[in-house]
Amino acid sequence: MPTKDETLFDASEITVSMGPQHPSTHGVLQVKLKLDGERVIDAECVIGYLHRGVEKLGEAQTYGQWVPTLDRMDYVAAVSNCLGYCETIEKLLGVTAPPRAQYIRIIMTELNRISSHLLWLGTHALDIGAMTVFLYAFREREEILKIFENYCGARLTTHMFRIGGTQYEIYAGFEDQVRKFVREFPAHVDEYETLLTENRIWIGRTRGVGVISAKEAIDLGVTGPPLRGSGVEWDLRKAKPYCIYPEFQFDIPTGTTGDTYDRYMVRIEEMRQSARIVAQAVEKIPDGPIMAKVSKIIKPPVGDIYHSIEAPKGELGYYIVSDGSTQPYRARVRPPSFVNLQALKKMVAGLMVADVVAIIGTLDIVLGEIDR
Amino acid sequence: MDFAIDYILIPLIKIALILAIVPGYVAVITLAERKVIAWMQVRLGPMRVGPWGILQMVADPLKLLIKEDIVPDQADRWIFTLAPVICLIPAFIVLAVIPIGPPIHILGRTVTMYLTDINIGVLYVMSISSVGVLGIILGGWASNSKYPLLGALRSAAQMVSYEVALGFSIIGVLMLSGSLSLVSIVEAQKNTGYWYVFLQPIGFILFFICGVAETNRAPFDLPEAESELVAGFHTEYSGFRFSLFFLAEYANMLTVAAMAVTLFWGGWLRPFPNVAALSFLDLIPGVLWFIAKVVVFLYCYLWFRASWPRYRYDQLMKLGWQYLLPLSMANVVVTAVVVLVLGGKG
Repeated sequence: MPTKDETLFDASEITVSMGPQHPSTHGVLQVKLKLDGERVIDAECVIGYLHRGVEKLGEAQTYGQWVPTLDRMDYVAAVSNCLGYCETIEKLLGVTAPPRAQYIRIIMTELNRISSHLLWLGTHALDIGAMTVFLYAFREREEILKIFENYCGARLTTHMFRIGGTQYEIYAGFEDQVRKFVREFPAHVDEYETLLTENRIWIGRTRGVGVISAKEAIDLGVTGPPLRGSGVEWDLRKAKPYCIYPEFQFDIPTGTTGDTYDRYMVRIEEMRQSARIVAQAVEKIPDGPIMAKVSKIIKPPVGDIYHSIEAPKGELGYYIVSDGSTQPYRARVRPPSFVNLQALKKMVAGLMVADVVAIIGTLDIVLGEIDR
Repeated sequence: MDFAIDYILIPLIKIALILAIVPGYVAVITLAERKVIAWMQVRLGPMRVGPWGILQMVADPLKLLIKEDIVPDQADRWIFTLAPVICLIPAFIVLAVIPIGPPIHILGRTVTMYLTDINIGVLYVMSISSVGVLGIILGGWASNSKYPLLGALRSAAQMVSYEVALGFSIIGVLMLSGSLSLVSIVEAQKNTGYWYVFLQPIGFILFFICGVAETNRAPFDLPEAESELVAGFHTEYSGFRFSLFFLAEYANMLTVAAMAVTLFWGGWLRPFPNVAALSFLDLIPGVLWFIAKVVVFLYCYLWFRASWPRYRYDQLMKLGWQYLLPLSMANVVVTAVVVLVLGGKG
């Protein structure tokens, strides 16, 4: 605020705190904006309002006990968090989950990618003032959450997988429910696109806004849809395949200019591709056990490992150092939101206040993951 | 005695009606807005308070009235208090000149369906309604807070940009009707035989776009732009004071809709008022025609809000200055030439 003697009008530059309580910072993100009128001169992200010491908790718990905490990291994509961690420890142990479990994992993870992207679409559109898309997106997201709820009893912090497989068998009617969803979903995506893709205002608000070139994106370590929006075809599901992704047909959508519109189109297409993967997987779920033979007390051999997966927001990696005991000696997470957020400063410079909101939305951040 | 009835009693009744109808209309439109948008968004909208949520329109103002009334510590208390009132008063008094129907006969007296018919009605509406923005600017400034200030500045810029195009968009109608009186404009449309929207389609479209912009409604709701400025100029307002801003915004919507109907859509006239074959339409009273047309425009407001994203500040300016203003000026020139060539009024 200005001092007592000067008014807001005396200052040619004003500093505005966007957040930590603000409708469009997607959580408790604070962006300190230096403004000249409506134009952004500088933006500084302040994080840490949600910090819970997730990594330190991991070092104080057994390997299995940490999983529910990880669900609460990127709470919009809890299934992906869980998959990444379970696979990391399985790799460390030298265990492979049975095929049936792998199929269930793929279905759930891809459904989770759709639900995460739906939340992004809804809130991003809402940031730019398109309210209806928000409610349409939540309508479809609800169908996915119902599947999650039927499967594991939880909708958000799902905790579906265990080290070595999955905790639960699929329920009666699971396949039909999933089939129905993937059959109907593409028409709903068309509906969102009808409202946005060719809308002049939407194009005006997103084309050329928050441009980040492929080189800049790579230099900043940006991954996921923001990287692919800049035209880099890098998706860990194809680049460094994990789980049973090589068994499925799907495409990696990319953009050309790396603006907000490209990132929007990439995610829209990713939702279609995820539905395609789920449709293939649900037809081929094999019979068999859902858990590999894993000791109840997990004691991985001494060593360290880094394993990453393609989470909805980008590369989600886990680095675990084992000292041979029941608890990790060191546990670290490489969260996509945290790394992608550092592109914000570069993306907003010189733009308007309204663009800051659009760009925060297009990065699809979740503060639970950034502040861990 | 007649003088007292004609010049005191009847006008007082009309004033009382306007003062009563506007809050009633605001109550109904707030419910309608939530229900219509809910319908477009495939959800239910309010449905708990009363049957079909109908008592929501009572619950809303009650809730606002009993909320804590907060004035920020560093705010300019006087101006902060005055601002919503400055917003509200013009919103009410412009309605004085809008004719809602043909004269009616009660107890041997002819009663006009407007408070007053002044020969500069259009100018009166334009000038008085412009005062409302002062309330927004003062409210944003007096809050002594940054988001309200940004909202207020946006509002000022928006107002200036669109007021000019709005003014030009009406001139075609004025040239055709040869009058600034709203009553005469409606009557002129009767004489012409067509609603002016058929002769001035561009003028109407420009008028309505500018009108939506002037009322700060989506997609031009930048002064309050929730996702950007939290709540813009009224961020620091709560309870009753906030409800005054709210009331003014909805009253302004009514004014724009009523003006659009009066200037372009024949006011209280039925379609093609001179075609005898359609005379059965006269069974519907003029007031109902007027209300029905206004409702259509109010519905458009809600429809826009559910369909479109929000413009960015610079895009809004660009649209106003680069497209709407030149187009409205061109419309004036073309109309003038046509009127000149055809000789006299349209």
